[in-house]
Amino acid sequence: MFNVVNAELRKLRRPTLFLGTMGSALFFTGLITSFVYLMIDSPQGNGDRGRTISREVLGLASGSVNSFASVGGFLGIIALCVFAAQTAQEYTYGTLRNLLIREPGRLKILIGKLISMMLFALVMITIAAVVSIALSYFLAPGAEVNTELWFTSDGLNAIFTTFINVSISVFAFGIVGMILGLLLRSPISAISFGVLWLLIVENLLIAVKNSLQNWLPGAQLSTIATGGAIDVSYKHALGVGGMYVAIGALIASILFVRRDVAN
Amino acid sequence: MSNTAISVSDLSKKYDDRLAVSHINFEVPLGTVCGFVGPNGSGKTTTMRMLLGLITPTTGQGHILGEPIEHPEKYLSSVGAMIEGPAFYPALSGYENLMVLAKLGGFPTERVQQLLEKVGLGDRGKSKYKTYSLGMKQRLGIAAALLPEPKLLMLDEPTNGLDPEGIQEVRALLRDLANEGTTVFVSSHLLSELEIISDYIVMLRKGEIVFAGPIGDLMAQQQPTIIAKSLQHSDLQKIVEIAEAAGHHAVIRNDSVHVLAEMDWAPVLNKAAFDAGITLAQLAPQLPNLEETFFEMTGDK
Repeated sequence: MFNVVNAELRKLRRPTLFLGTMGSALFFTGLITSFVYLMIDSPQGNGDRGRTISREVLGLASGSVNSFASVGGFLGIIALCVFAAQTAQEYTYGTLRNLLIREPGRLKILIGKLISMMLFALVMITIAAVVSIALSYFLAPGAEVNTELWFTSDGLNAIFTTFINVSISVFAFGIVGMILGLLLRSPISAISFGVLWLLIVENLLIAVKNSLQNWLPGAQLSTIATGGAIDVSYKHALGVGGMYVAIGALIASILFVRRDVAN
Repeated sequence: MSNTAISVSDLSKKYDDRLAVSHINFEVPLGTVCGFVGPNGSGKTTTMRMLLGLITPTTGQGHILGEPIEHPEKYLSSVGAMIEGPAFYPALSGYENLMVLAKLGGFPTERVQQLLEKVGLGDRGKSKYKTYSLGMKQRLGIAAALLPEPKLLMLDEPTNGLDPEGIQEVRALLRDLANEGTTVFVSSHLLSELEIISDYIVMLRKGEIVFAGPIGDLMAQQQPTIIAKSLQHSDLQKIVEIAEAAGHHAVIRNDSVHVLAEMDWAPVLNKAAFDAGITLAQLAPQLPNLEETFFEMTGDK
């Protein structure tokens, strides 16, 4: 298993992939965090789907990670793309056969790949957390947000809890990407299907029937990152989202282990 | 321990209604170079994939280095392979690509640079794979196959895209490996190459074995040909008649007569032609080469 993780990390550390992914994460983190503070008085709202995040909310102990929690969904989509591409490319390049010749334990390959990509995602989440909190602290005075409670023990606890929630959410998005990569065996198909579903289809469905946000996979995983929402509880999101990921992962693993490698 | 590197019994692979490999049986002794030949689509790559545990056979058994092919984890650490051409990550260098495989297999990473030198890529190891020529990609594929210091090396068309010098180098490399005790199982459409380096031949056609055994046995089965050329082109037909009168099959091909006969009949033909007033410009016995034998046995030409 260690060998698989080690080998996969060599692929993930290549500069274009590493810097490109971290750059995207930084861009979205900076953009969303800035919006929250710079648009605080905007009548269109400064949060997700036109919601308003008030000075009072941002001034709470959890205020430092409010933006970071909102970034979670975007980090999840980045993870989905990276996990999907890294998995599906083994089929398109034909490199899967090389991997399986060197390590015939197919589940070992799968789990090793997952661990290495989770480590990669963890670096991305950590960088995003640091940048989001630092930017929030920098922008807070201009937006007249009180930061006194941010670094109290409650504040640090909120940072830790949000970091864990965002990590769970991002890992789950990544696993969905990996599942799509295994099922569709093409990076373009896996990424386009995943992103279109999460950004377009789910939003359309929720706009048509609001109660669907309790059941659609992307909505659950985004809710986990924010630690729960007004309409969907954290526990519900964790249960339903976890079920989607577990069933998908089981089906994809069985297929990967049993399917002939003929390309 | 078994003295066969590969043994296959009743091995088949069926895709929907199409039988890609049909109940094949063959053995490859340890330490030999075995050529695996057959037209495109004859089932060579499918067979190799089954032997490497990449696809599951529909029927039959196989053993690699004495271990059943149902358990590739028991033998793949001693097997090097390049199947259906080289496949690597385009954005990584040749060196990094080999490092990924070395790390994965738990092989010493010092071997990577040594192998790059061995296949002639020592100075291009740091270049990205996507900048490599076909020949260089092929060399990298061979280097990857050599990473585990294999007891069995399985190569699918390893000389594709190589220049004549590269082909000669690969031929020498495979022969050296065999001399060191490595069993080499190699498919190629360049039958003349296989004829030079192979001790053993497995011939496949439409998923079925046509021949499997020592190359010497295969060639011994083939009838030699006497090639006769007359000074006058008009005399060729007369030579055909002389041969057929003696009970030998003869045809005119490329301004000469090809007579299926043992070599010791050549002086008889020479005398008969002289008696008939024909001056022969050439009279040469010729054993069929692997390519001719292959086409004759597979009936493809």
